[in-house]
Amino acid sequence: MLSDDPATAGPVIALQDGSVAIDGRPVLRHLNLTVNRGEFVALMGANGSGKSTLVRTLTGLRPLSRGTLQLFGTDFGRFREWYRLGYVPQRPSAAAGVPTSVWEVVASGRLTRRRPLRPKSAADRAAIAGALEVVGLSDRARHAVTTLSGGQHQRVLIARALAGEPELILLDEPTAGVDLPNQEALAQALAVLKERGATVVLVTHEIGPMEPLIDRAIVMRDGQIAYDGAPLTDADVHTPLFGGAHAHHHAHPEPVSDHAVNVSSPVDSHPEVSS
Amino acid sequence: MIEVLSADFMIRAMLAAIFTGLAAPIVGTYLVQRRLSLMGDGLGHVAVTGVALGLLTGASPTWTAVAVAILGAVLIEIIRERGNSGGDVALALLFYGGIAGGVLITGMAGQSAARLQEFLFGSITTISVEDVWITMALAAAVIVIGIGFGPQLFAVAQDQEFAKVTGLNVRAYNLLLAVLAAVTVTVAMRTVGLLLVSALMIIPVATAQQLTRSFRTTLIAAMSLGLVASWGGLLLAAWSSFHVEGVSPGPTIVILALSIFALTWPLGAWLRRRRRRQAPFEEVAPLIHHSIQEHPHQHGENCGHPAIQHGDHLDYVHDGHRHASHDNHYDEH
Repeated sequence: MLSDDPATAGPVIALQDGSVAIDGRPVLRHLNLTVNRGEFVALMGANGSGKSTLVRTLTGLRPLSRGTLQLFGTDFGRFREWYRLGYVPQRPSAAAGVPTSVWEVVASGRLTRRRPLRPKSAADRAAIAGALEVVGLSDRARHAVTTLSGGQHQRVLIARALAGEPELILLDEPTAGVDLPNQEALAQALAVLKERGATVVLVTHEIGPMEPLIDRAIVMRDGQIAYDGAPLTDADVHTPLFGGAHAHHHAHPEPVSDHAVNVSSPVDSHPEVSS
Repeated sequence: MIEVLSADFMIRAMLAAIFTGLAAPIVGTYLVQRRLSLMGDGLGHVAVTGVALGLLTGASPTWTAVAVAILGAVLIEIIRERGNSGGDVALALLFYGGIAGGVLITGMAGQSAARLQEFLFGSITTISVEDVWITMALAAAVIVIGIGFGPQLFAVAQDQEFAKVTGLNVRAYNLLLAVLAAVTVTVAMRTVGLLLVSALMIIPVATAQQLTRSFRTTLIAAMSLGLVASWGGLLLAAWSSFHVEGVSPGPTIVILALSIFALTWPLGAWLRRRRRRQAPFEEVAPLIHHSIQEHPHQHGENCGHPAIQHGDHLDYVHDGHRHASHDNHYDEH
């Protein structure tokens, strides 16, 4: 298939038999996932179930140890159309040493569509302004990011992903530790994206104000997909069916069902499952 | 004084100072953003071995220093990328190895410590015509690349993982910055000396960010401050030489840069404090309507109480209370 092909028919994400190992430990095992154009997918599951790892795999930040990943019908190894992809990481990176304005952070997301050594075009500036408007932070454009609250910072990171006008947006727990007014602002921004026909994969612990947007829910459990189907409510996710997926953020010992021997000596600490 | 300024050696020194003063803070800004402020210092130490190799082999110390500093920068970048906890110690070993090797090789080359000192503390007034050209060309390259690839270098320094997902070759840009830092170190070697190189890269940035809110203004302000410090420091040294023996430009440049920082810091501290105090209060509806029965004071502009945005109205901070105007009375918010 030609990479320039509009390819409106084919799936946006096609992961087949995908496995990921972190430091030799298998974390994701034999996953099959297909996401079609325009879908709004909520990816849920307990801490350590592998949902963050899955999203990072889909961006290429985690290499597959086996299986194949195709984005927009192109094998990931040959995928170069980065402007079609938008990524919102889990946490704002540690505050940088030099003051940085909100506008500058958002503008860095536009690099997917800019060639080096060329000035920003009018279209670039319009896209950056538009992205700030979608998350409701236009009036903060000239402020230093360090003056923002955690929820506002998270919205800046979403605007940064939007500045490249992507067709597929992957968000890694944008609502974690964000207060309700900011969650609602996030939901509004995502609603605008959905209207524009973007494909959204959202990792989340709680559904909250996102509920009306979600088309499909996927629940991860111990590195595998435990549920894939109609949207769930917050109450559903908390049932023991999904691996005792309490929405608690403090650590409950995870049930470890790995092939590896868990305790090799009485003084060994409990093996942790990293996400 | 005028004759001194128009002397050939002084014109050469001023050209070197201007170009170095503009180039060093550009690289410094990216290094500070990545919290690698001491990298320039480390590269300066490594470059000492490069200078010594030049003295030993009879090659131009500038070029051997560039080569060894780039080698050191790439090595530091590889150690950093591996990210193991021993990286910090590995860097320290590299730095000490660099300076010890430099002193050792200089001795073997039969050169005096005074010759090495020219490179350690700068010798801008004895700079040769050829060295001025090299300094200007390398500094110009650093300025063009540092500003031309600004958006990419900024994105990589700001958030490496995000930069990777935008399709940038993060490793290549990390190496580019390391090489730029190595070249800057050798460029500034003649002006302020290898042991003070980092000062010219970092102090203007530290000064600029006292007052700025964006990366771009920090970069531009740091370049201006670098220019003022290096040119001003050179003139200061030239002027003092009429009154005191033995004032060399390297230290005066750094002391001048530090003095500007010392003057700016209180202003920055005051601005930060003011910004914190004027941050808007969280927009949450009050739990209860708590009105104040009688309030003899009329709040308003310039009433002496700080007025702070709270949603759609202003709260006046008053003895630890927040008073908001409501109909004909004030509410506690």
